[in-house]
Amino acid sequence: MKRRDAVKQLLSQRADLLVIAGLGSTAWDCTAAGDSPLTFPMWGAMGQAAMMGLGVAIAQPARRVLVITGDGEALMGLGALATIGVQKPENLTLVVIDNERYGETGMQDTHTAHGVDLAGVARACGFNIFDSQQIKNAIHHVPGPNFACIKVEAEKIPLVLPPREGALLKARFRRALLGAQADAE
Amino acid sequence: MWPDDIHRELSAAGVGVVGYVPDAGHKRLIELCQADNNMRAVVLSTEEEGIGLAAGAWLGGQKSVLLMQSSGVGNIVNVLGMVRECRFPLVTLVTMRGEQGEFNPWQVPMGQAVRPVLEAMGTVVQYADKADDMGAVVNAALRLAYNSYASVAVLISQRLIGIKSFQEQAAK
Repeated sequence: MKRRDAVKQLLSQRADLLVIAGLGSTAWDCTAAGDSPLTFPMWGAMGQAAMMGLGVAIAQPARRVLVITGDGEALMGLGALATIGVQKPENLTLVVIDNERYGETGMQDTHTAHGVDLAGVARACGFNIFDSQQIKNAIHHVPGPNFACIKVEAEKIPLVLPPREGALLKARFRRALLGAQADAE
Repeated sequence: MWPDDIHRELSAAGVGVVGYVPDAGHKRLIELCQADNNMRAVVLSTEEEGIGLAAGAWLGGQKSVLLMQSSGVGNIVNVLGMVRECRFPLVTLVTMRGEQGEFNPWQVPMGQAVRPVLEAMGTVVQYADKADDMGAVVNAALRLAYNSYASVAVLISQRLIGIKSFQEQAAK
């Protein structure tokens, strides 16, 4: 499977889905699928995408929340899977786009290239596990926490970059989500 | 007690999410937050997760606070870069070790590095060493963070925590 196709499919007809995109290739994939103020693409804080998703999910229990991140990013924050497993957010889904490579640093192998099974870790932490066909429905309709690891080709493809200023990305997300309340505090 | 004063301020400010790594100095405050139906207490496997949690909560419209011991400051350094770049409001309450009357030498290096490390990453550092002041200090930290989009850490003096030996800590 090609990563851009996989992410485009996940984000098609996204309705009011709130999205956190982990740093690197998955942020570019989400942008290629169509930038949105309700997608927060990360340019740093590697390892924190899943926890960002948990924070949004707790703050917005009536909305569905999707984290799309890479295998290297997820590996840097494996403890977050355990933390999410304790909180059991029903509205959160985590999808790892797994090319078994660190794409931004020279395509070096990640641990998943050597047998580490992220879905197995997530299952052990209490996530419901879905395959690449089932996960689209689960994102919107199945009580979470939900997880899918989608294996994709290790390919170098053109960058499609979102805005990079952090304060702008924060403000546009909050305004799109909260309206006038975003600036009322 | 000062943990009760902190909890009262968090509650009055409308803090809805409390991230924490279990810590002897924060034991009572953690229990108060866990018992509060208006707060979601989230136990973390490392302090770094608390930064993502707080940032995500703010994206979703909720105020939060992060509780940790001084050793945890070392675990959040890189991700404080996101807090600064995005101007996420952040309140971190740090119980100090490696400071006044420390009995574990392994706590001293990080304890002594807390202030310069936080300041290097753009966090405003405030210090609380009087129990009677705690409510006012935390109140001010919350207002600075949420009215001015600042990252603020309150360092709670080891003198206030008052654990003087391993034996005493284990008995807590």
